[in-house]
This record gives sequence, structure tokens and C-alpha cells, in this order.
Amino acid sequence: MSTQHATEVADAHEGHAHDDGAHAHGLTDMGYVKVALVLALLTGLEVALTYVDVGSLFMPVLLILMVIKFVTVVSFFMHLRFDNKIFSWLFYSGLFLAVGVYLAALCTFQFFAGN
Amino acid sequence: MADVAVHTPPADGHDDHAHGHTTSTGLSNNKLAMWMFLGSECLLFGGLISTYMLYRGRHEGSPTPSQLYNIPLTSISSFVLLMSSLTMVLAVSAAQRRDDRNTMTWLTVTALLGATFVGAQVFEFTEFVHEGLGFTTNLFGSSFFTLTGFHGVHVTVGIIMLMALVGMVSRSRIPGDKAEVVEMIGLYWHFVDIVWIIIFTLVYLIPS
Repeated sequence: MSTQHATEVADAHEGHAHDDGAHAHGLTDMGYVKVALVLALLTGLEVALTYVDVGSLFMPVLLILMVIKFVTVVSFFMHLRFDNKIFSWLFYSGLFLAVGVYLAALCTFQFFAGN
Repeated sequence: MADVAVHTPPADGHDDHAHGHTTSTGLSNNKLAMWMFLGSECLLFGGLISTYMLYRGRHEGSPTPSQLYNIPLTSISSFVLLMSSLTMVLAVSAAQRRDDRNTMTWLTVTALLGATFVGAQVFEFTEFVHEGLGFTTNLFGSSFFTLTGFHGVHVTVGIIMLMALVGMVSRSRIPGDKAEVVEMIGLYWHFVDIVWIIIFTLVYLIPS
């Protein structure tokens, strides 16, 4: 990792010099609370969508919200955004392998044929 | 992001906690193994979710999924599990500050929220059985109970690990670095949460 990254993080540190919630890596405690609030809001939006008729947008919007929530938890709560990239490779290679394999399997069963 | 906390990584790019012993990668082997395990768990749940997607329309002899699902109850239990991820990350944060008291408090709250989720799932399963959907009623029932049951077992295992961790922290019986052990359990717990994020959308919110 470059010196530039170290400088960026040190800059971030300076901005929070009096933050008692500071710890080894990741966000401050208040930062985590904010992320959780966003996640709660997105969940509320998902549930609200099931009661409101948005037509053909329903499925894509739900799937996008699901992906945003997934990536948010993995990036911030699981610290992948702040950790070494090898961890990201390990996890996302398993995830994309699973998605690829099972999408192919669903295609062989003509799941997307609409019957 | 404005809320990034204190951390000055070493310039060699090995931005982790090697915790006092050198490894060939410069990274914690425990953490590598945990991420590899979670990557493999994606394949397990991918298989279960795909099977459910294939068979969710095969509900002969039982009410349909949209008749069965109690969206308000499931939404609340989803919210509870999501908040347990917050309390878990606060436990990790406290452990990294070597604040044992808050670590134990947040771990216990996480376990209680997890138990609430499992309780809601047991209630839901019982309701489904009363309404005529058992494990062997049809393919929809088999795939639904297998998928959500496997997830429930994962949550239950997580609760057991959390309570064991609380006991170990209180007796100072954690070998090696305490913060890393809490972080490992935290990774498992968050994984259980992200799996539920997918199940909640694909199983409950998207109608068959």
C-alpha cells in the first residue's frame, strides 16, 4: 500500500482528533450508527415497495436495493473497504463463482423463460 | 467518508493485524481462513436459494407463498437482524479499544437480538405448519424450510459463539489477540446478516 494511502488515512485522523470512538480501523462508532440508519431506511423502502404499485420497476428497484444493502454491510460492517484487498478477492471470488454457477444452473432449467 | 477512524497502516501494504507473529503473506492466517470460509458459504447458500427459486411455484396442496408470508413480521425480524449487525460492529470496535465491559455488553445485546430473530422464525414455521405447509407437503415447503432452516441454524450457531465469547472475555481466557477473535465472530455474524438480506428480498418480497 502506498504512502499516499497512509497520508489519506492520517488526514482523516486529523479531522477526528478528539473522537473517543476512534479505533484500529474502519469507521467511528457514530459512523457505524449512521450506516445502520441508512440500512434501516433502505429496508423500510423495500417493504414500502411491496405495498405501492410501481409497475415494472418493482423487481429492478428491489434487486438494486438488495445489492446496495449487501455491499454496504460487507464494505463497512465487515471492513472490506478498509482491509487488505486479498480479503476482498477471497470473498468476492466465492460470491461471483456462486452467482455464475447458479445462474447457469437456473438457465438450464429454463427458469428465466417465463413459464 | 468523514467518519473514517484512526488507522495508519504500514507502508508495505499489509494493512491488517498480524498480531505479533509473522506470516508468509503478512496477513493474519485466521482472517484469511475466515474469508475463505465465508466465500465457500456463498456457494452453499447460492445452491439453497437457487433450489428455492426453482421450486417456489410447486405448492400443490398447500396455501401459496403470498398467502402464507407474514411480511410485517418478517420485516420486523429483518430489521432486528440488521440492528444486530450494528451492535456486533460496536462490540468489535470496543474490543479494538480494549474496552472489555462494552465488548461484553454489545456481544450480549447482539446475541439477544439474534435470539429474537430465531424466535420469530420458530413462530413463523409453527404458523406455516398450522396452515398446512410442512417440510414434506410439497417442493415449495421442502425448499423453503431447508433454506430458511439452514439460515436459522447459522444464526443459532452464531448466538452460541457469541455467548461463549462473552464467557471467555469475562474470564480473560481468550488466547492471542482478543480483538481479532471478536472480529472473526463478527465476520461470521455479518455474513449471516447479508445472507438474510438476500433471502428477505428474493424469498419474501418478490412474489412467485
